[in-house]
Amino acid sequence: MELLSSLGDGFLVALTFQNIGLALLGCLLGTIMGALPGLGPSNGVAILIPLAFTLGLDATPALILLTSVYYGAMYGGRISSILLNIPGDEPAMMTCLDGYPMARKGQAGEALALSGIASFVGAFFATWGLVFLAPQLVKVALLFGPAEYFALFVLAFATLGGISSTNQAKAAFAAALGLGLAMIGVDTQTGVPRFTFGEVHLYDGIDFLVAIVGLFALSEVFIFLEHRGTDKDSSTGPKVQIGRIIPPWSMVRSCIPTMARTSVLGFIAGVLPGAGASLGSFISYSMEKRLVDRENTFGTGDPRGVAAPETGNNAAAGGALVPMLALGVPGSGTTAVLLAVLLALNITPGPLLFTNNPDVVWGLIAALFIGNVMLLVLNIPMIGLFTRVLMVPPRILMPIVAMISFVGIYGISGSTFDLVVMILFGIGGWVLRKLDVPLVPIILGTLLGNEMEVNLRRAVTIADGDYSVLFGSPLTIGLWSIAIIGFIMPMVAGKMLKRRMQLAKKTGEDTDLVD
Amino acid sequence: MKPNMIFGRAFAAAILATTIIGGPAAAFEPEATECIAPANPGGGWDFTCRQFGKVAQDIGAIPGTMQVVNLSGGGGGVAFAEVVNKRNDSNDLVVAASTATATRLAQKAYPGNTSDQVRWLGSLGADYGVIAVAADSEVETLPELLDMIKQDPRSISIGGGSAVGGWDHLKVLIAANEAGIEDVRSVKYIAFAGGGEAITQLLAGSLQAYTGDLSEAKGFVDSGDIKVIAVLAPERLEGEFSEFPTAIEQGIDAVGANWRGFYAPGGMSDEAYEYWATTIHDVYESDQWKQVMQTNGLAPLDLSGPEFQEYVDASIARIEELSREIGLIK
Repeated sequence: MELLSSLGDGFLVALTFQNIGLALLGCLLGTIMGALPGLGPSNGVAILIPLAFTLGLDATPALILLTSVYYGAMYGGRISSILLNIPGDEPAMMTCLDGYPMARKGQAGEALALSGIASFVGAFFATWGLVFLAPQLVKVALLFGPAEYFALFVLAFATLGGISSTNQAKAAFAAALGLGLAMIGVDTQTGVPRFTFGEVHLYDGIDFLVAIVGLFALSEVFIFLEHRGTDKDSSTGPKVQIGRIIPPWSMVRSCIPTMARTSVLGFIAGVLPGAGASLGSFISYSMEKRLVDRENTFGTGDPRGVAAPETGNNAAAGGALVPMLALGVPGSGTTAVLLAVLLALNITPGPLLFTNNPDVVWGLIAALFIGNVMLLVLNIPMIGLFTRVLMVPPRILMPIVAMISFVGIYGISGSTFDLVVMILFGIGGWVLRKLDVPLVPIILGTLLGNEMEVNLRRAVTIADGDYSVLFGSPLTIGLWSIAIIGFIMPMVAGKMLKRRMQLAKKTGEDTDLVD
Repeated sequence: MKPNMIFGRAFAAAILATTIIGGPAAAFEPEATECIAPANPGGGWDFTCRQFGKVAQDIGAIPGTMQVVNLSGGGGGVAFAEVVNKRNDSNDLVVAASTATATRLAQKAYPGNTSDQVRWLGSLGADYGVIAVAADSEVETLPELLDMIKQDPRSISIGGGSAVGGWDHLKVLIAANEAGIEDVRSVKYIAFAGGGEAITQLLAGSLQAYTGDLSEAKGFVDSGDIKVIAVLAPERLEGEFSEFPTAIEQGIDAVGANWRGFYAPGGMSDEAYEYWATTIHDVYESDQWKQVMQTNGLAPLDLSGPEFQEYVDASIARIEELSREIGLIK
């Protein structure tokens, strides 16, 4: 096993006091950065680049520090999602859907522990995937041309109905709103600015983080302000129970098939350049809902709804390292930053990286294993500490949330314009919440809409305006079929299933999955 | 920064210059140095600032550590407007720039701002453009590729990492223009989010050719996945890159350099301008910078002060003309 001996060499590189210390530091900082709204993995890594350079670190230690931050942020993002219903970063958005309801039900500790385990499982399998499959998986990335990418994003949108079970029309409206927001900025295919009104700050489009922090965090603050002093005031309500910290085995066991499926799904989503962790967590959640949510418990605090996106986004984080290491092509915003670091450290990324710099690659992969174990060990005992956040009265917590949002967003771009945009999103989010419009599809529309549009136009331009290219390969036809089935199936099968469910309940054969 | 503070600094600097050093006009000494990177950390401009700051400090060309401020947005337009409107008199400030900055200025993509509102300081090297095809492509030379485009523009899709009208696009058009393709708008260019993504699509067979910078393509050339059919440099490059033919030796008079350099606020004093131009030149000459250039695949381009100003003006004029031809500006 040549691979395993290379990996062994990697562990020799990674297991020095300095490197373990750096991994620990990176994991801690990453978890905190992930949990704070406004600081995600990509700017978390970017902020630490100067630190790595100032410390005069070599390539391997620098990468170990930065990738620990990357994995750490992937873990940390879920904390604020579950406790506050405010995603710490883009990929953690889907964790809000079931994580927050679980916390409201008094299962905050269980939700945090379960998501920690799910994150570990996703990242663990993705790292093994990186070890064994990186060279082969590169070929998968090469199967995806613009037409295939377009079909993939259509598939993502077709399963969007799975997110909000209550009102499909409102979900569709929200997604359309997100698609509209994605159009803002300079259109790369023509070089023409769209919907910018001559405002130079809008030329690069709307930053996802600004939108997320505004829509989720600020609107939460506004809702609190509105309810303050009325009978809806959450601070006068009964105290939220934290629940046990170690989830019951039955709960973990019920999530094992979910974790296994979403590890694979998330990893593949990560391998495709341009898709990344957000798509990983999103597809994992909506596919899993389609597959196992027979009783419509997703969205109301189903543990599997927490495990699916967390496994998915951590698996995607590992998957995104495949094209970065093996091709030199970033699969996500964070890997783009990591790639820039590689260049600055005198390492040429690209197909020869594994041959030319084996110590860097294998040391990095070994560090990922170490960091992942470290994160699990760090995270489980700290759950008790995290959940204390829920004990803080909202009248103290909410101003802190507002402050962190402002500082975080200003810290990224240093521009007050972004703060104004964030406030506008906050007000918009507040209005939409009043109208019961789900917020998640807005962000998904913005995140995926751009890629969907440019790939459609690339495909059609390359084919000289011939739209049939979109169905021109077996892979596109496969993706389209899944998209269509995923869109229509729930409409037909959903009703039949419900009827059968009711029958089953009557005859008392209903098995209790969770409690 | 308040105006009186700037005045105070300039005053202090003047006293310092006359009393302590007492040297000639170039004896300006900045109190605190600052470099604006008009992009997020990790981008090209960010690295220009950070690497320049590090080398300048190492060789003692600047006092203390250079502060790097990231001011992203609008493809550099946010930083440009900030410098023109709020920092116009600063003597301690330089801003990272590249051919992309010149391209956007030429295309009036910074609303209300023009190139003469700032002073161009100097360059730290250039990344020459390349045109490449997949290793198994039948195309061997640049004229062959351009002939195919001439006969049937629809048969060749060229991908690159910049938006339409951006530098990667313009490089192909410069070559096409020199080869006698009159309607450059017929050249089919597909924009990608980065050079790496475009190369992946070249390997996947979606594209027939790739246009980008040498540094982006290097990894794939080493692995034998793609073959460079032309470097858009005035003469063959040094070292490992010397095997690549230039466009000029194939009879196509096209040069496309993506330079890295700096501009300064328009109201910077002549002494300070002189100081920064000298500093940039000193950094360029240092061994540490030679190392940085080699790492990043940067080729020599040593221009500073008025020479650089002229170079930028000329390249802006050229890009403006080309952009008008393809209908990007009127």
